[in-house]
Amino acid sequence: MLLIDCPYCGPRNSTEFRHAGEAGKSRDLASATPAQWRRYLYEYDNPLGWVRESWFHSAGCRRYLSSERHTGTNEVRWVVPFGTAAPSSTTDEETSR
Amino acid sequence: MAQTATTTGGRARTRGRAARYSAFDIVRRGVTHSEWPRSFNEHELRTTYDVVIVGAGVHGLACAYYLAVNHGITNVAVLEKSYMGGGGSGRNTAIIRSNYLTPEGVRFYDRSVKLYEKLSVDLNYNVMFSQRGHLTLAHNDASLRTMNWRAEVNKLQGIDSSVIDAKEVGRIVPYLDVSADTRYPILGALYHPPGGIIRHDAVNWGYARAATHLGVEIHQQTEVLGIETAGGKVTGVRTSRGNISTSMVINCTAGWASTISDMVDVKMPLVTHPLQAAVTEPVKVFLSAVIVSGSLHVYVSQTDRGELVFGASVDPYPSYSMRGSLEFTEGLAAHILELIPSISSLKLLRQWAGLCDMTPDYSPIMGVTPVEGFLVDVGWGTYGFKAGPVAGEQMAQLIATGRTPDLIAAFDLARFADGRLVGEKGAASVGH
Repeated sequence: MLLIDCPYCGPRNSTEFRHAGEAGKSRDLASATPAQWRRYLYEYDNPLGWVRESWFHSAGCRRYLSSERHTGTNEVRWVVPFGTAAPSSTTDEETSR
Repeated sequence: MAQTATTTGGRARTRGRAARYSAFDIVRRGVTHSEWPRSFNEHELRTTYDVVIVGAGVHGLACAYYLAVNHGITNVAVLEKSYMGGGGSGRNTAIIRSNYLTPEGVRFYDRSVKLYEKLSVDLNYNVMFSQRGHLTLAHNDASLRTMNWRAEVNKLQGIDSSVIDAKEVGRIVPYLDVSADTRYPILGALYHPPGGIIRHDAVNWGYARAATHLGVEIHQQTEVLGIETAGGKVTGVRTSRGNISTSMVINCTAGWASTISDMVDVKMPLVTHPLQAAVTEPVKVFLSAVIVSGSLHVYVSQTDRGELVFGASVDPYPSYSMRGSLEFTEGLAAHILELIPSISSLKLLRQWAGLCDMTPDYSPIMGVTPVEGFLVDVGWGTYGFKAGPVAGEQMAQLIATGRTPDLIAAFDLARFADGRLVGEKGAASVGH
């Protein structure tokens, strides 16, 4: 069971959320090459360690959130509104394998 | 090092210490109280191998076995960071079938069913393959349409597969609630008589035993820490027990496939999700067929011991954690009781999880990569165990001949770049 501390609603069970994928993937709609589209669509880091990701609080505030979670332990280090800067203390921390 | 082996129709005849299991031998050893010889040998890790296989699950072990028996390549090490068959190969719900959606998928999995059918004889090891029939239930018009689609594709490939109505479903499985006034009434089902269940541990052990007696080395508790390359070619493997020089590495891991491919900077289109399963206390045999319901996200079969084995969808977010969750158990119980109300007082004995590396098109990734000598046999999602024998056989052929066999050509890594996806989601047991 995963508890996600929604900045708008407070701690809620993960069943209220929809996982919206790894964060940081983007493509420029106007100029993306087929190779860039491919990376955007299909390729994932899929690390065993800390991962930045997005969630949609579908059964709550219906807003997008950003978080950092460890995929081995499911520990959630922080959750912030989507588009907000990550807490500075952890931004440069090395992902653990 | 390599023991002499001759092949007759894929059947291994081994010399040396390999005991041939037979009814006569059981009686003989029972009377004389003689010890059974070891099934597996343990070896020191050597510094060089022709082929290094990462992962001693059904895929890695089958690949090693077919390398030895079909191609005479026995200077092979299978490296396993944990214990043999301890990943997806020992955690799946052991369902075997070939009623897929795409012609490529149907042909491929049909070959696997054929290999499974004679596996007990080939390996001289009882894998308890029980072809008891496989029913995929349709609860609405859309799924009935997909069932008809699958049935027609299956028939074209020569697979025994057809759509039957609710009355027929009730006849095959009397305990199913086929009444029309339920929340999810059963409208019909895709019936696949050759489908069934198998003893997955026996498949792993049978392949391991046969492969080791042909000279292959299986190294448990040996973690791959890195893969060395030079000039775009594989040159060696760093492990927790020392370094190996080799020119050929095959990634046969499930779940951890991305972490192994990362070692040679081959980016994979994979996301790892846990898939949970559960088992009840044993009861007398009442459920003959394998029952799958996509709409209710559940599948169930009864083992030879009488336990009901359940599976469901993958967990809704990516993770490498294999902890079970209460949501799974609650959802499972609610859904299975819609189908079989009479088992409401059965107790669950335990639940567990395995890791599935999901691909965007629900088809596997097999074959060569941009790094020479680094092959992949990954991305099995929830279909991995069904494909163990055929994947091993085809990968072995690729390694031995250097050419990708036709049967797996459609499943190459380059298909994501070229836009040749093989959409197999419609054949998933349950919506993932």
